[in-house]
Amino acid sequence: MSTVAVPDTPHQPASYYGRPVLKQPVWTWEIPLYFVSGGVSGASAGLAFAARMAGNGTLAKRAQLAAFGSIAVSPVLLISDLGRPERFLNMLRVFKPSSPMSVGSWLLAANSAGTTIATLGMLTGKAPRLTRASGAAAAALGMPLTTYTAVLIANTAVPLWHEGRRELPFVFGGSSAAGAGALATLITPHEHAGPARRLAAMGTVIEGAASQVMERRLGHLAEPMRTGQAGRLAWAAKILATSGAVLTGVLGARRPRAARAGAAMVLAGEILERWSVFRAGSQSAADPAYTVGPQRARQAATPRA
Amino acid sequence: MSHTVIQLDTNASADSYGAEAKQRVGFFTDTSLCIGCKACEVACKEWNGVPASPGAFTGESYDNTGALGANSWRHVAFIEQRRPLSVEESGPGSLVHAAALEDLRSRSAIQPRIEDGFRWLMSSDVCKHCSEAACLDVCPTGALFRTEFGTVVVQEDVCNGCGYCIPACPFGVIDQRSDDGRAWKCTLCYDRLKDDQEPACAQACPTNSIQFGEHGALRARARERVKDLHDQGVLDARLYGEDPGDGVGGFGAFFLLLDEPEVYGLPPDPLVTTRHLAETWRAAGVAAVVVAGAISSAFLGGRR
Repeated sequence: MSTVAVPDTPHQPASYYGRPVLKQPVWTWEIPLYFVSGGVSGASAGLAFAARMAGNGTLAKRAQLAAFGSIAVSPVLLISDLGRPERFLNMLRVFKPSSPMSVGSWLLAANSAGTTIATLGMLTGKAPRLTRASGAAAAALGMPLTTYTAVLIANTAVPLWHEGRRELPFVFGGSSAAGAGALATLITPHEHAGPARRLAAMGTVIEGAASQVMERRLGHLAEPMRTGQAGRLAWAAKILATSGAVLTGVLGARRPRAARAGAAMVLAGEILERWSVFRAGSQSAADPAYTVGPQRARQAATPRA
Repeated sequence: MSHTVIQLDTNASADSYGAEAKQRVGFFTDTSLCIGCKACEVACKEWNGVPASPGAFTGESYDNTGALGANSWRHVAFIEQRRPLSVEESGPGSLVHAAALEDLRSRSAIQPRIEDGFRWLMSSDVCKHCSEAACLDVCPTGALFRTEFGTVVVQEDVCNGCGYCIPACPFGVIDQRSDDGRAWKCTLCYDRLKDDQEPACAQACPTNSIQFGEHGALRARARERVKDLHDQGVLDARLYGEDPGDGVGGFGAFFLLLDEPEVYGLPPDPLVTTRHLAETWRAAGVAAVVVAGAISSAFLGGRR
């Protein structure tokens, strides 16, 4: 350490003892898991609505149950991550457009109301008109629910997340669609699950393509996606999701077991993918070089008088 | 996107506070006067009842605080630099220093060289109370708010510990108290301001390195000080955070530094990311439409 303490030249220390400029996110495992559960619920609500429109009642029912199950665990995850869980209702104390978490809280609340009413109506057979309207509303609100969490993390000083703001919503949206397709494939009889299988494959392709574009565009700033725990998670996620998508999307058309095994792999892959993005953000905040470097580059590009 | 902007040199948030609005106040921390006594750290802890931040010897010069955090609202950085002595860059003091070295050389076996100049930078860091504050923008509960003095404060009875402000701050200032769950940072001694008292750190500072006052007056004084230092040959002196055109609209608490900001652990070009929020939402909107398209097209291959 003593060699660090006395730098040889005045411009040598591009950092203060290598310490991070930023604080790393304090969010724990519940948050990346919520990114999955919230996103899967939103996309499942959309899948249920589309299946109903297409006349696939079996898939519509299973997707509706999937939407309900995943939206039910979401607030539990979010509340348990709070430093003061008993104050969770403060999330709805104000509506703040400048805070994606505030916007998201209201979105989540509205979507869960829609999904809950639609599910109860479906199970009891009561109030068919309200049930249909709620299902449609949940489907519409479900689409931004799959992508807003990307806005939430992109609107931070974490270099990887903020600089990846153009692609992250597509990563999260694609991942949510893949997860919803995979979950529905797992719980729907094979002969009715065709659209779910195709959605699992398509979502995986969208997520994978968006991740690739983001990694290329960010250059060395994307290093945290490839290194450390984030890199290992990303590697496992890619293998699981890609092979799972091939299994369920291609081979799964005729082989129910291949479809289910593939769907399980896609779902696991998408959970690991979110976890990887989450960890990569922390890793990029921990190294001052990723904070200072782009800012110096920005200054060089637009010199101030 | 609608984020909180307050103009420098004007009454803070006059539209929210009406007649109760006060002149915007802040800190000018002149690090060329800092002697590293840490009285500011101690006074802050004492006045605000900030819990101890037990640490260990870091080996990083005299700094065992390390960084700003939930339990450290002032942090004195110590930077040791070996650099050649020069009359131009170090001012009149360096001539004395050079003479002392010459004297040492003539009377002992020690052979110091003129290149062995040594410089110690000390700086008391604090929350910047940004004109466009990211922590305030992202806070979902409204716990963080802009006071009538133009400062940014957390209401501890509202904060639910969501943690969003922590990675949002471009300076890594605000943090969560682990045993408490809530986010904490400098309040610029909001309670003292209400009683027309200056913040504890500024009052305790023995060299006036920490200067508290009306923001416009502080900025004028800071520009004057830089000019004086340049005249004295201290060409390294520069202001940090004084420019309203920077990425956070200027700092309420700004600095005079003697080296690049990153040397002190500060970001050279901080940005409130809320400025990019509209384009990020647009991308999310397009992505949501893509998801809807993927779901719809999944049914094109037939009902099965």
